[in-house]
Amino acid sequence: MEKIRSLKFPPYTSRVERAWHYGHRLICLLILVFLLLPILVMIPLSFSDSTLLLYPIQSFSFKWYSALFHSDDWIRAAKNSFIVAPSATLIATVLGTLAAAGLHRIEFHGKGLLMAVLISPMIVPLVVVGVGIYLFFAPYGLVNNYSGLILAHAALGAPFVLTTVTATLQGFNDNLIRASYSLGANPLRTFFKITLPIIAPGVIAGALFAFATSFDEIVVTLFLAGPEQATLPRQMFTGIRENISPIIAAVATILIIFSTALLLTLEWLRGRAQAKTVASGGTPGH
Amino acid sequence: MTATITNNDAHAIRHAMRAAERKRKWRAFFLVAPLALFLLVIFVIPIGALLQRAVENPEVIATLPKTLETLKGWDGSTAPSDAAYAALAADLGKAKGSSAAGGLARRLNYEIPGYRSLIFKTIRRMPLTGPDGKTLSDADIRTRLIQIDKHWSELPFWQAIASNNTAYSPYYLLASLDLKQNAKGDIVRAPAGTSAFLDIFGRTFLISAVVTILTLILGFPLAYWITTLSKRRANLVIICILIPFWTSVLVRIAAWIVLLQRQGLVNKALISTGITDAPIALLFNRVGVYIAMTHILLPFMILPIFSVMQSVPNTCQRAAISLGSHPFAAFWRVYVPQTYPGIGAGTLLVFIIAIGYYITPALLGGASDQMISYYVAYFTNQTINWGMASALGFILLIGTLLLYSLYRRLSGRELGLG
Repeated sequence: MEKIRSLKFPPYTSRVERAWHYGHRLICLLILVFLLLPILVMIPLSFSDSTLLLYPIQSFSFKWYSALFHSDDWIRAAKNSFIVAPSATLIATVLGTLAAAGLHRIEFHGKGLLMAVLISPMIVPLVVVGVGIYLFFAPYGLVNNYSGLILAHAALGAPFVLTTVTATLQGFNDNLIRASYSLGANPLRTFFKITLPIIAPGVIAGALFAFATSFDEIVVTLFLAGPEQATLPRQMFTGIRENISPIIAAVATILIIFSTALLLTLEWLRGRAQAKTVASGGTPGH
Repeated sequence: MTATITNNDAHAIRHAMRAAERKRKWRAFFLVAPLALFLLVIFVIPIGALLQRAVENPEVIATLPKTLETLKGWDGSTAPSDAAYAALAADLGKAKGSSAAGGLARRLNYEIPGYRSLIFKTIRRMPLTGPDGKTLSDADIRTRLIQIDKHWSELPFWQAIASNNTAYSPYYLLASLDLKQNAKGDIVRAPAGTSAFLDIFGRTFLISAVVTILTLILGFPLAYWITTLSKRRANLVIICILIPFWTSVLVRIAAWIVLLQRQGLVNKALISTGITDAPIALLFNRVGVYIAMTHILLPFMILPIFSVMQSVPNTCQRAAISLGSHPFAAFWRVYVPQTYPGIGAGTLLVFIIAIGYYITPALLGGASDQMISYYVAYFTNQTINWGMASALGFILLIGTLLLYSLYRRLSGRELGLG
């Protein structure tokens, strides 16, 4: 077995199969290029000296970054994004984690249905969410300000926290809680001293999902945010529709670096979550 | 004696356990309640209100109550009574200067184009009084109204009012399927040229289906390739798939504009390889929408398929080959069927997400590439026809929920990427 594996091809492989093997590889590499190239092309363009987003790049400069950091619109959009996304993430994470902990403890009739309702913001088309919340919030003065936007984004992010923490809890060893109770700790203390540290990677991963959801959300924002609450995606939407300039490439580059950092943090957490649940005596998480 | 004690003890233990169980359930309930209440208020009720708005029909009832009262026994085929004309004049007089008039005019204009100007024209002349300032008789009011506009002598304009005597009406829902109720209440096709929602639904369906097929064609071989790689390399490739997945959709749309523009890299490559002489229009048409949507949705196809492929043992395929099957036949007839759950989940997931798309077609497509979400937003923000926006949104929502229940049945789990 080991020997066969160590060979590049089993001895019975025909020439067509070998050609196919390399052909398949080539196709897959092309698909990867298709996935990554659009993102990579933006980065060099952000350092171009030209006003046109065109290759080849004649000369390089930081002028678009400097224009970006001197633009009131973009600075305000960044500020708004860093007001809305963390607030929405906080609400989503607290509510989602509590609900996951509650649902983990009990079995009852209709649990599946309740779960389906709780994660429904992931499924309902965003335009429907946007129009529904817009028409409902407008009479209460919750449009064109931060509170409505934060509440809506929290609702969109909470299901991600719920599902991530639920998955983490599936690998959780309930004996640890019983041990904690038997040693005299109350439920609150047990939650903060035992449960939370063990499921922390799942909670943080859920929070990252919720943050990314809000940070990249545009459809609901278009309905709920006034000009004063324009977030980064909203500002990009306007920028792309009106006149796409290299400032967009500069913003894109920063966002690409930012989201890649988020992703790598998440992957690192996933590794830790698996290690932790194994250590706590549970089965590895998903 | 002993038996009694044991019984008492057992009873006490059972009692204590039940109490503890109850306490546990209450505690769990209080943990779930905040999220449930939050989503109820922020999400479920607003969407419920949207569905109500899709069948609500308040304008005529609120603005023309007396007119509707006098039209109650009207058969719809003879001229309305003088009293109806008088009631109409009274109702319109009351509506003069209020915002209700605008709503009424807009609502009736959906029934008969031109009704809006008729209403405003008539309202401007209200109240109707005789030359000496005296109140007019009903018959005189009738003559005056018909003088103002002869449309008031035509039956369809009265039928439009009479048919809106219910607080709820299927009008918007029917209209979003290119249907309408005629004067007799039968459901008939809307006249050609007045609406094209079936076309738009068809287009939404077609774009989503094409994108789903494209992501499957690209996603399946890539997912299969990852399963053949070593763990380290597989992780690297998955990161390469997740980077675009995590990158803002607007960044990716901007990137495709850069790549697909007339002097963009794609056109340059096509010209330099001699495939075409002049740049091809790849933006603001269907091609651009297909390319960008496929790019954005491809990870949603790859990840579920990959997660199923991971658990498919390679041994069956090898056994088939050793039993004399051609390797391609073994792959197609032994391996691929075992990945059907992943294909089903990925296909439905991509299709469900695609039918709700709005931003990508809005920024990269032309006028004839807009999907149903665009029209929901259009009726909300541009024409302020909230009934129509709600009805279209309702149909989109129902379609999505049906597909989602199919997804749950097929994949046996909640929405996820595997």
